[in-house]
Amino acid sequence: MSEGRLAQNVLYFGRALRAAGLGVGPGTMLDAAEAMRIAGIGSREDLYWTLHAVFVSRREDHAVFDQAFQLFWRRRAAGDKLMALLSPVAVPVAPQAPKPGLRRVEEAFFAGGNKPQPEAPPEIEVDARLTASDADVLRTRDFAQMSAEELEQARCRIAALNMPDDRVRTRRLTPDPRGRLVDMRAALRASLATGGAFIPLRRRGPSERPPPVVALVDISGSMSDYARPVLHFLHALTARRRVETFLFGTRLTNVSRALRHRDGDAALAGVAQMVPDWSGGTRIAPSLRAFNKDWSRRVMAQNPVVLLVTDGLERDADDTLSREMDRLHRSCRRLVWLNPLLRYAAFEPRARGVKAMLPHVDEFRPVHDLASLEGLVKALSGAPQPVAGVRRAGRHSRMEGTLQ
Amino acid sequence: MPDPAAFPPASIDATAALLTGAGYVPDRALSTVVHLALRMGRPLLLEGEAGVGKTEVARTLAKALGRRLIRLQCYEGLDLAAAAYEWNYAAQMIAIRLSEAAGESDKASIASDVFSERYLLRRPLLEALSPDPAGPPVLLIDELDRTDEAFEAFLLEVLSEFQITIPELGTVKAAAPPIIILTSNRTREIHDALKRRCLYHWVDYPTAERELEILRARLPHVGEALSRQVVAFVQAIRKEDLFKVPGVAETLDWATALVELDAVAVDPALAGDTLGVLLKYQDDIAKTDAPAITRLLAEARRASAEAP
Repeated sequence: MSEGRLAQNVLYFGRALRAAGLGVGPGTMLDAAEAMRIAGIGSREDLYWTLHAVFVSRREDHAVFDQAFQLFWRRRAAGDKLMALLSPVAVPVAPQAPKPGLRRVEEAFFAGGNKPQPEAPPEIEVDARLTASDADVLRTRDFAQMSAEELEQARCRIAALNMPDDRVRTRRLTPDPRGRLVDMRAALRASLATGGAFIPLRRRGPSERPPPVVALVDISGSMSDYARPVLHFLHALTARRRVETFLFGTRLTNVSRALRHRDGDAALAGVAQMVPDWSGGTRIAPSLRAFNKDWSRRVMAQNPVVLLVTDGLERDADDTLSREMDRLHRSCRRLVWLNPLLRYAAFEPRARGVKAMLPHVDEFRPVHDLASLEGLVKALSGAPQPVAGVRRAGRHSRMEGTLQ
Repeated sequence: MPDPAAFPPASIDATAALLTGAGYVPDRALSTVVHLALRMGRPLLLEGEAGVGKTEVARTLAKALGRRLIRLQCYEGLDLAAAAYEWNYAAQMIAIRLSEAAGESDKASIASDVFSERYLLRRPLLEALSPDPAGPPVLLIDELDRTDEAFEAFLLEVLSEFQITIPELGTVKAAAPPIIILTSNRTREIHDALKRRCLYHWVDYPTAERELEILRARLPHVGEALSRQVVAFVQAIRKEDLFKVPGVAETLDWATALVELDAVAVDPALAGDTLGVLLKYQDDIAKTDAPAITRLLAEARRASAEAP
């Protein structure tokens, strides 16, 4: 194969990888060309690892690269086919699937559009009155009982929620007039402004940042009405701090990257695409186990607040669930269990799954309406406070209060 | 026969020979990526579980090439003053007082005098950019995942331009770029911007043959039969469902421990007693009880019987 032809093929290969979702930019292409020149490719294996060194920058990408390489470098003309195969958008299966965000753009145009408003003024008056009372009704309406329109309103209100302003101290120092440490560098620079006659004292202290949040959201059938609002909440939170979001039904999926998309619709669409088991069954213990084993070390290092969103209805609960919960609890600063079943005043931790999990959480909160989300924000802003007495032991739970 | 320490190595094979010669047994993938990093003058980001020999790559390179190894251990809150440079404040204050006493009053000249290289304390990053008689040093930025994003952002300039900008002094640029190796245990994701400037390699657990070679290279005093048993047992225990499986470092530790105990072969009781060298989590140790060890030893024997 001539030099030119090989370079062209590498370029084509890079484009195929980009279509498959690897972070391949023009800079990477140039690197690839240079690497090929330098490495002195002698064998297929050398070609493999040379291109691997340049194109793969995350361990997860290795499998994609491997597949692509096997396909591409076996049959030279397979590039087009490969791109079609790998690309999630190029598959002509769902050509009518609307682009996320498109609907909102359409609505935006339509709202200010040329359709005359048919409503008469008195109707608008009535409408206004209703809206005012709607706001209160909406606040405490169960997500499961909301109409599509109400859900849309709820979504907007979630996006507009004040996010928690809890902060943890980091070990990084920033200028701070009331800090405890002297900032010699700033002091000396300020001193030189006066020709060194004075050395004004400049101080610095530890900076603060919101602690990261790790969310584990149950998306099984029994949770389907509540998972979406929670994801909207997490999307809004993701814009303000580091949030790692995992969804689980029968298996665990990390959707943090998809949630980082600015547009809420696009983010949720991206999440939906990544998750094969929406509204399926639940396997809480294996999911927690997968998290503890594969992800815990990667996302728990910064001592995060963990939000566990599930109803705890695990069919085959055994002591593994309790053990995995214990491990999860020990690896974070604060474990908050959000359970929509708490909407029932008479809820009791009877289910075996709930019984196994409850002793290991710091807080136990409802998550079925806007008011409970507001409550969550407030709770996160403050110091960890057990809601109505649920704390570690799990015996003095709020359920006791309701039983009297 | 080309000079093994020739820099940069002429081929992937030469790079592999270079590493092997200094006591590191690389696989083909690692040799390729190290070769490319040396030839292209790019930083190399090595990710992998703890104890698979990431840091050792940098140490070996420094040894094999006869370069100085400059190590920057990362930790939370690591800042410029500890990583790159700091001003010698005490000396600066004395200089200001002296110039005052000498009756100098020109602010600009005092400033340029006080913020000159004389009063600069060099920390690892700046040190790595300074010329060295033995050639550009090997800069090891160890456990990058332990610091925060703010520090990563600062590294970008060093990694892509091999320079550091000191506001009071100007830009310090390396005449010849150092060999930069970054390691990460992946306790958090490294930002894409930093990854883009590096070549990336995931260091995996070694295969049985390679692990045996590593053991032979690093601990030549361990008997051949014992080495084989140790490697086979560790390979078997890595297949278990454990929270943290042992790395190469643990294999070496364990082999050393067994030799210290005058063992000539691995038996269940001995393995049980020394399990703490291999496994570092109580859950994992509790799970690996006597029957499990017996089973693992049987598996190990079968595996080594099949192997040549």
